[in-house]
Amino acid sequence: MKPPRSRRHWLGAYQQMLLIRRFEEAVETLFRQGRIRGTAHPAIGQEAIAVGTCMALASCDYITSTHRGHGHFIARGGDPARIMAELFGKATGYSGGRGGSQIMADWSLGFLGSNGITGAGLPVATGTGLSLKVRKANGVAVCFFGDGAASQGMFHESLNLAALWRLPVIYLCENNQYAMSTPVNATIAGGSIVARATGYGIPGVTVDGNDLIAVYEAVQKARQHVLKQGPILLECLTYRLSGHSRGDSCNYRSPGETEKWKARDPLPRFKAWLVKQGILTGPEARRIQSTVRTIIRDAVRFARSSPDPQPFRQSEGIPT
Amino acid sequence: MTTRSFTEAIRETLEAEMRRDRRIILMGEDIGAYGGAFGATRGLLDRFGPERVINTPISELSVVGAATGAAMTGLRPVVEIMFMDFLTLAMDPLVNLAAKARYLFGDQARCPLVIRTACGAGRGYGATHSQTLTAWLLHVPGIRIAAPSTPTDAIGLLKTALRGNDPVLFLEHKLLYGTREELTLPVAKIRPCPYGKARVVTAGNDCTLVAWSWMLQEALRAHAILSQQGIRIDMIDLRTLAPMDVATMVESVRRTGRLVIADEACRSGSVSAEIAARIFEQAHDYLDAPICRLTAPDTPIPAASNLEAGWMPSAADMVRAVHTITGR
Repeated sequence: MKPPRSRRHWLGAYQQMLLIRRFEEAVETLFRQGRIRGTAHPAIGQEAIAVGTCMALASCDYITSTHRGHGHFIARGGDPARIMAELFGKATGYSGGRGGSQIMADWSLGFLGSNGITGAGLPVATGTGLSLKVRKANGVAVCFFGDGAASQGMFHESLNLAALWRLPVIYLCENNQYAMSTPVNATIAGGSIVARATGYGIPGVTVDGNDLIAVYEAVQKARQHVLKQGPILLECLTYRLSGHSRGDSCNYRSPGETEKWKARDPLPRFKAWLVKQGILTGPEARRIQSTVRTIIRDAVRFARSSPDPQPFRQSEGIPT
Repeated sequence: MTTRSFTEAIRETLEAEMRRDRRIILMGEDIGAYGGAFGATRGLLDRFGPERVINTPISELSVVGAATGAAMTGLRPVVEIMFMDFLTLAMDPLVNLAAKARYLFGDQARCPLVIRTACGAGRGYGATHSQTLTAWLLHVPGIRIAAPSTPTDAIGLLKTALRGNDPVLFLEHKLLYGTREELTLPVAKIRPCPYGKARVVTAGNDCTLVAWSWMLQEALRAHAILSQQGIRIDMIDLRTLAPMDVATMVESVRRTGRLVIADEACRSGSVSAEIAARIFEQAHDYLDAPICRLTAPDTPIPAASNLEAGWMPSAADMVRAVHTITGR
């Protein structure tokens, strides 16, 4: 794949990051207003990882996502209107209203689903890598997971299987410093998550997850590696700038810590780089902002005006 | 005419289906050169190579999870879980993904995953190598459950599982592996057996006896004794527990007015409890006696042979139950 380094691609990346940010902010507002129910885990502050990763992938690749999956899905090309409709519990949502925030997928995009079970995507991505290998198909599987999932048995088992069988899987940890309220230093023995790669004899790379270009380049390299030599573990360091989910007061984090990470917010950081490179001009920035605003507005309109799912079809999809 | 053991039936079906469909792969502990703990995959590594007969580390959770991922992306994995007790380690991908994929994601998320597992007591393997935890998965919508009692049904039900698009739990009772049957057709010619269609083994109007898996073999012994005493039982082999052929049981109970259910597992929350509830819902007017459930007691499975024999329902228990329920 030719690396998308053109001006247009960088601007596209910026628009995607902004779209994810605004989408998640809209979701938080809609929750506060009581217009959507259930739960949702916003990816505010983690946009560079989703966008940088998906920029480096090919259409034949697969992705498994997490409970914090809206950003991954949008970055992979998911339709924000259908994602929003799923959050509204509408028939036009990706799962027809049956899934909600944590359960959406689109096979045509190679997006094998977000997942409400912490770490459950790890073996699924492993099996996808196995499938690619056995079918001698082109492509890789990318497994997004959080620092919390690195304490699941599935993490260790999956890395072991993929390393033994040399599967084309990129295990991409989004270390946002907290498993819900529990900090990484209370969950990760041995110093770091990336250090665990050594135990399975695979490369482990630490990446600045708030730097879009760093993520893009790391995943691009990782993709080439896993196609030839088997799995890799990437640990992208980041921080969620909002709560874990709706209703999280963030009483476990100090304001100072949050401020420190806000200074490293991936969105203004990438924007500043674009401006400095002369890629993003004032009118261009305004155009992108307006485009994103329209997409979000249309998504909410679409979701609100879509029909409810038909209750009598509830058992469809269950083998009998 | 040719006789086959239950194990041979499984092995030859796997082989025939793997030749028929290149997407089928096998995964499991010691299924390679060793041939599986019960010999069901013996010789298949040589025939199909390590890419399709994948000997795995002891990682039930991620092997079943990986099989689910592979199933959703174009393969048809068959996972052997050496003992059903070990399925406890693999519940998450089965319950939270494989079973739900099609309901949540629609037909794009086909999950043709088959879990073969050795269940059942009777061989002195003790409390953690003898359980039949079927009821746990009967409770989860979206998983089909096959519990064959004969080599012929094992062939037909396994073929259906391997050609379908939904996850299947395929139960192989350890005491059945050595049982033999004369096949009327070669394995390759035996037709896939539909799920949700019970087999009426013997016809009679005195009492309905429902069983599956190993319990059906005990029921056949009970029938031999009872028929000598002039008691005619309607014996139903459920063959699959999900979907469950309630209609055949209801029809039978309407004729006999009496129902004995033989279920090897512990009593509380068991498959037999589900059957009893269904029959009571749909045929209580026809019952001339309370439904009788023969189950194991609510205890772990003991290892000593006399304790284990006492723990499992037997043909003698069935004969006694039929005598009691029919008043003869």
